[in-house]
Amino acid sequence: MAAISREEVAHLAHLARLAVTEDELDTFAGQLDQIVSSVARIGEVAADDIAPTSHAVPLTNVMRADEPRPGLAREAALAGAPAVEDDRFRVPQILSEEA
Amino acid sequence: MSELTGRTAEELGAAIAAGETSAVEVTRAYLERIDAVDPTVHAFLHVAAEPAVAQAAEVDRRIAAGEKLGPLAGVPIAVKDIVVTKDMPTTAASKILENWLPPYDATLVRKLREAGLVVLGKTNLDEFAMGSSTEYSAYGPTRNPWDTSRIPGGSGGGSAAAVAAREAPLAIGTDTGGSIRQPGAVTGTVGAKPTYGGVSRYGLIAFSSSLDQAGPVTRTVTDAALLHEVIGGHDRCDSTSIDAPVPPVVEAARRGLTGDLTGVKVGVVREFAAAQGAEPGVVAAFEAGVQTLTKLGAEVVEVSCPHFEYALPAYYLIAPSECSSNLARFDGVRYGLRVGDDGSRALEEVMSLTRDRGFGPEVKRRVILGTYALSAGYYDAFYGQAQKVRTLVTRDFTAAFEQVDVLAAPTTPFVAFPFGSRTADPTQMYLADLYTIPSNLYGGPAISVPCGLSEGLPVGLQIMAPTMADDRMYRVAAALESTQSPRLADQTPEVTA
Repeated sequence: MAAISREEVAHLAHLARLAVTEDELDTFAGQLDQIVSSVARIGEVAADDIAPTSHAVPLTNVMRADEPRPGLAREAALAGAPAVEDDRFRVPQILSEEA
Repeated sequence: MSELTGRTAEELGAAIAAGETSAVEVTRAYLERIDAVDPTVHAFLHVAAEPAVAQAAEVDRRIAAGEKLGPLAGVPIAVKDIVVTKDMPTTAASKILENWLPPYDATLVRKLREAGLVVLGKTNLDEFAMGSSTEYSAYGPTRNPWDTSRIPGGSGGGSAAAVAAREAPLAIGTDTGGSIRQPGAVTGTVGAKPTYGGVSRYGLIAFSSSLDQAGPVTRTVTDAALLHEVIGGHDRCDSTSIDAPVPPVVEAARRGLTGDLTGVKVGVVREFAAAQGAEPGVVAAFEAGVQTLTKLGAEVVEVSCPHFEYALPAYYLIAPSECSSNLARFDGVRYGLRVGDDGSRALEEVMSLTRDRGFGPEVKRRVILGTYALSAGYYDAFYGQAQKVRTLVTRDFTAAFEQVDVLAAPTTPFVAFPFGSRTADPTQMYLADLYTIPSNLYGGPAISVPCGLSEGLPVGLQIMAPTMADDRMYRVAAALESTQSPRLADQTPEVTA
């Protein structure tokens, strides 16, 4: 298996919306490589005819009656927000100037 | 130290019910103990002293009014800080949630309050429950009361240390890969992971949703069963909660205390015995524990679970994958930290800067690993394969439980290790959960009960049972505990700075 490169870690960090420093790129590339090689042997036993299990409890959709009821009060929902304006969550601009 | 902090939760509940003491008196005794030792132990991230005394006074009023409350009414409890508590800080030991006050109580916290338990505060953990040593808390590590130069286990090190240091008679933990049992083992406390879905996850900050399970951390097996009965049961707010009554765990623990295990078949997993890296002292204490089970009348046989050795690698793909998805909600928009929002940056950049500042190293490592395992091109090779291993581990459990009633194993391969000794190499740290992870993949209940000392430090013995047969593990664990005099839990470690 190919080693995990710094560029690959940078790409993954971008996908995960996680700014990383140059130092972290080095550290994580080395550590991820080590972790991935140590877990790769799961491939030894996981044959094609084995069904995957995603969850310990077999689940089907759990439905409830569609009854209107009060939700979280607006003040409570906004109480922990980092920025609020006009009783709404204030969000940084979505599109930058050059976009 | 007050005599009250020397008692078990069961004894305290009985004394309060009989009017020998009051909930307020007991609560004050524990708050004093916290004041005395927590500057050294650092089990708590938040102590809710005034609300606790007020809640205790309310319990005393309810008791005086003749209200019928449960056996733990008036008993104080500490709650791991990944469980949300209304108007009480909940941080998951992360900077990204610093000072956050949740608008609601988790279902299990609501049940604690209704049963008259008094919430003392919130306990320390590895950030977002990711770790095996509580060294990854953004607010500093918790120390093991048995030896303050050593880790208290993780991720629930705060809950376990609080109980071991007599700062709380009971605590709530959460167990994704062993985070209740492993800290229990290394601090000489009892840690029980109920059947997955047996206790509601509503109000638990999600780490790996298919594995996370809340449960008791206590001094005795009976206390764990009493607490399990309070927090267990179906919850409409959690669609993965099992719609069935709580197994008769208290009755089972009491039966176990008679010390008779005649007719019980205990399996010892051959592959665990052969696993590399277990300390000789841990193995010796475990073997002595198994000998005790035999003397109590249990039939002990060796069973083979050939895929258990693949559980750890599968876990370290499944848990980070689910965590990378669950932690996407920490985007700096609706709650918690926001960094870099000075008008010049777009949302995506603010989000990246916020998450960089808000998350610590282990969380970042797992988010990136999970993103890798779920990414196009690697999904089948990693996440897909790991889910197949989960099937194989489940088949091993099913086959084993056709031969035996419960499985016994050491809880951890080693005793509490010194701070810093495993942080440099993540794969060395991950080994701490080698023996606990299989039951998380399978979903069955498992408990760690103290079984002796090695190098003067506690060792835990783990009992695993089939799904929804939680009562079986309590019976066997209580029987083992009944042979100990004094119990490990009764030996208060001297807390020294």
